[in-house]
Amino acid sequence: MSLAAAGPLKAATVRPSREDVAMRLGVVALAAILLTMVGLPLWALLAKGFQDHEGRFVGLANYAAYFATPALFNSALNSFEVAAISTLIVVPLAFLYAYALTRAVLPARWLFQGISLIPIFAPSLLPGIALIYLFGTQGFFKALVGGQIYGMKGIVIAQVFYCFPHAVLILTTALRTADARLYEAADALGASKLRVFLTVTLPGAKYGVISAAMVVFTLVITDFGVAKVIGGNFNVLATDVYKQVIGQQNFSMGAVVGMVLLLPAALAFTVDRLVQRRQVALLTARAVPLVPKPKLARDAFFTVFCVVVSVGILSIIGMAAWGSLIKYWPYNLSLTWANYRFEAFDANGWDSYFNSIRMALWAATAGTVLVFVGAWLTEKTRGFGAMRGVVQLLAFLPMAVPGLVLGLGYIFFFNAPSNPLNFLYATMAILVINTVGHFYTVGHLTATTALKQIDPEFEAVSASLKVPVWRTFLRVTVPICLPVILDIAIYLFVNAMTTVSSVIFLYSPDTKLASVAALNIEEAGTTAAAAALCVVIVLTSAAVKGLHLLADRFLFDRLQAWRRR
Amino acid sequence: MTSFLEVRNLTKRFGDFTALDDVSLDVAENEFVCFLGPSGCGKTTLLRTIAGLEPQSSGTIRQQGRDVSSLPPARRDFGIVFQSYALFPNLSVTDNVGYGLASRRHGRAATAARVAELLALVGLPDAGAKYPAQLSGGQQQRVALARALATSPGLLLLDEPLSALDARVRLRLRHEIKALQRRLGVTTIMVTHDQEEALTMADRIVVMNHGVIEQVGTPQEIYRAPATAFVADFVGAMNFLDGILEAPDRVRLGAVTLACLPQDGLAAGAKVRACVRPEDVRVRDLPAGVANRLTVEVTDLDFVGAFCRATLRAGEIALVADFSSNLIRDLGVSAGARLDVALPPDRLRIFAA
Repeated sequence: MSLAAAGPLKAATVRPSREDVAMRLGVVALAAILLTMVGLPLWALLAKGFQDHEGRFVGLANYAAYFATPALFNSALNSFEVAAISTLIVVPLAFLYAYALTRAVLPARWLFQGISLIPIFAPSLLPGIALIYLFGTQGFFKALVGGQIYGMKGIVIAQVFYCFPHAVLILTTALRTADARLYEAADALGASKLRVFLTVTLPGAKYGVISAAMVVFTLVITDFGVAKVIGGNFNVLATDVYKQVIGQQNFSMGAVVGMVLLLPAALAFTVDRLVQRRQVALLTARAVPLVPKPKLARDAFFTVFCVVVSVGILSIIGMAAWGSLIKYWPYNLSLTWANYRFEAFDANGWDSYFNSIRMALWAATAGTVLVFVGAWLTEKTRGFGAMRGVVQLLAFLPMAVPGLVLGLGYIFFFNAPSNPLNFLYATMAILVINTVGHFYTVGHLTATTALKQIDPEFEAVSASLKVPVWRTFLRVTVPICLPVILDIAIYLFVNAMTTVSSVIFLYSPDTKLASVAALNIEEAGTTAAAAALCVVIVLTSAAVKGLHLLADRFLFDRLQAWRRR
Repeated sequence: MTSFLEVRNLTKRFGDFTALDDVSLDVAENEFVCFLGPSGCGKTTLLRTIAGLEPQSSGTIRQQGRDVSSLPPARRDFGIVFQSYALFPNLSVTDNVGYGLASRRHGRAATAARVAELLALVGLPDAGAKYPAQLSGGQQQRVALARALATSPGLLLLDEPLSALDARVRLRLRHEIKALQRRLGVTTIMVTHDQEEALTMADRIVVMNHGVIEQVGTPQEIYRAPATAFVADFVGAMNFLDGILEAPDRVRLGAVTLACLPQDGLAAGAKVRACVRPEDVRVRDLPAGVANRLTVEVTDLDFVGAFCRATLRAGEIALVADFSSNLIRDLGVSAGARLDVALPPDRLRIFAA
C-alpha cells in the first residue's frame, strides 16, 4: 500500500554481492564449527558440574562437596604452588638465555637456539621419565636428592625443562625488538650499564616477561603428563581430573575439578592478551635494530651459561634415549632394541605410533585449511561485523582452555546419545577435531597476522577487475602466505604428535595414540619402553621440523623468487 | 554538459562521525576531476563510496544513467589505482596487468597483445617478465595504472596515486597520467591532498572540508575566485586582513579604507576578512590615483629562489607579497625600505568573518 516506503526515500545502501553472501555463509559455518569444536563441549562440561550421577540438577552441591573435601582442595593449592615455583625458575632462566641469544655474540648461536627448542618436540612425560632414570629410587644420582624425586621436586624440574622453550621464544622476540638508538642515547648521556639495563632493556622487554610468565604458569597448571609420571602422591588439579573420571568414573566431580582448572588458565590468558595489546606500539617502524658488538667478558659469561643450560636439556633428552636402549636399568646396562618392540608392552604395539602419524597428518592438513580459510574469511568478509566478532572470540577461546578440560567436555558433548554427532565418538575423527580445536588459537593468530600484512586493497582491485575473490585468494593470498601456512601445519603436526592431556579421554582401542600408549606403558611399570616411545615421538616431530627448515631454505628459494629485489 | 556520474545527497556516517554530509556532484564524460582537501575531509570516503567499497548511509549514485547505488563493487564499472599500488607481489608484471583479462575469455593471444599494448602505453614495454619488487615506485605505479585500464573501464579512480613517490618522479608522472587520460578520454577522478597536483592535472577541482564540498570549479576559478575562506586559505598562499564592511564596495581595515568589488551577500557593518594573494600586491608602475595605495615598510625579506617573499607593514596592516628578483634589483628593495604598493580592488576577495 505505501509505495513511498519501498521507493527511493529509503536509505539506499550497497547490496551484498553473491560473493559477499557466500563469504558470510562461510563465516557462519566457521562459527558453527568452532562452536562444535570448543564452545558446546565447554558448555556441556559447565552443565555437568551442576548435575548428579543420574543427570539431575543439583545446583552447587558438587562444588560444595569439592571445597569440603580437603584432599581435592589441597590439589588446587599444590597446583598453584608448583606453577608459581616453576614460573619463578623458568622465566629468569629463559630471560638470561634469550638475552644471550639476542644481545651477546655467541659462537654457534643457531645451535644454542635449536637446542633450546628441543623440548617442544617431546611429550611432557619424557622429562618425567628421564628424571626417574636419573634421580628415582634406582637412579644414578638418587643420593643428590635423597632418593626423593617423586613429588613436587620432580614436577618442578620436569616442568622447567618442558616450559623452557616457550618462554625463550617469547622473550627472544621481546628482546629482539629493541631500538639501537635508545642505547646510543643512554651511552651518550653516560648512563651506567646497570642503569641502562633497568631503564631501557627491562622496560622494553617488560611485556614479554609478563607474557612468558603467564604462558609458563598456564602450561604448568594445565599439564598432565609430568605430574602423572613423577608426581607420586603429590596430587595436582590435572591428575585429579584424570583420577575422578578414569579412576572413579565420577564425571560430575571431574567436571567441577575441570572448571576449577579452567579458572587460573583463563585468568592467565586474559592477562596475557591485555599485555600483548599494549605491546603493539612499542617499536616504531623507524627504529634501528640493535646488533650486538663483541665484548669478551660478557660473551664468555653467556657462552658458559648457554652451554650449561644446553647440557642440561640434552642430558634429559639423552637420558631418556639411553634409558630406552638399556636392557635392565640399573643392573644390566648393556644395549638392546628390545624396548622398541612395543607389541611386548602394549596390545597396540607400533599401531599406536602409526595412529599418531595419521592423526597428526589429518590435523596438519585439514586443520591448516580450516585455520587459514577461517582467518581469511574473518579478515576479508565485508560488513557482518557482529558475526566476525563472535568468530574472533571463539577462535581465542581454545587458548584459555586446558586440554584435559576440553577433552572432558568432549566426552559430555559428543557421547550424549541425543547428539547427532554422537557417531564421531571413539573415532579417529574426534581425535583430529579435538586436536585442531585445542590448538586452534595460535594458528589463527599466525594466519591473521600474516593476512594483515598483505595490502588490504587486493580484494578491492579484484572486484574492480571483476575477478572473483576466491581466485585472488588462490592465486595471490595463498602463494604469498605459503611459508606461514606451512608454519601452521608444522605446529599442528608437532602438537598432535606430543599431546596427551586432551586426547586421553577420547581414544578407543583402535585409535590409541603413541603419547597415550607411552603413558599407559609407564603406568604399567615398564619405564624403558615408555621412554622408547617418547624418543620415537621426539625423533618424528624433530624430523618433520627439520624437513620444514630444509624446504624453507632450498625449495622456497625457487618458488618465491618474486621476493627478491 | 551531459552528466556521466551523478552523485546526489550522499551521506556516510561512521558511528557518530559524519564523513560525508549530503554531498551532490556531477562529473562529465571524459573529464578529469580532482577531490582536494586536508586529511579527514572525506575525499577518500567519497571516492570509495563511488566505487562501492564503502557503503553509503544514504543518497544515490548514477553512472551513465544507471543507478549503481546499491551495487557491489564487482558490478560497477571502474578501474582503481591505490597509493600503495596494491600490485600482486607474486605475479609478474604481465600477469598483474592481465589479471582482469584472464577471466574474460579473451583468448591467450588477445590477452598478450592487450597487455603489451598497455605496457607500451605506460612506457614500460620491456618490464613484462619482472616482478613488482624489482621495479621502482614510479614504475610500479605505472603497472598499477595499466592494470586498472586493462579492462577499459568507463571510470578511472585514482586514490592519492602519487603520494608515495619521490618529488621528481611525482612531477613526471603527473604529466604522463594527464596526457594518458587526454589520449584515452577516460573519465577520471583523482583524490589528492596536494593542491599543486590538483591545479596542474584537473579539468575541475572539488575542494572538500569536513565532509562537505566547499567549491567546485576549474583550477583557475578555484585559485582566482575562491568561494569560501577555507578554499582561499587551502589553495595557494593568501593574506587575511580583518576588517569591517563599510559599504558594499568598501572595507575598512583599522585606519585604512580599501575599495573592493561590490559585495551582495554581506550587510554594511559586517565583520569581514579581506583576502589578497601575495603575487597580486602591485608595486611597479603605479599610476597616479591608483586605488588602494598603501605606503608600507619592508620588515623582512625571505629568499625563496625564483622570487622573494616580503613581509610588509602599514600601520596595523601586515601582509606578505611576492616580489620577483628583477623587481627587487630594479627598485632596490631591502629590509627596512619604504615603498608604495597597491591592492587591486578586483583581486581583493571579501568573506564574512
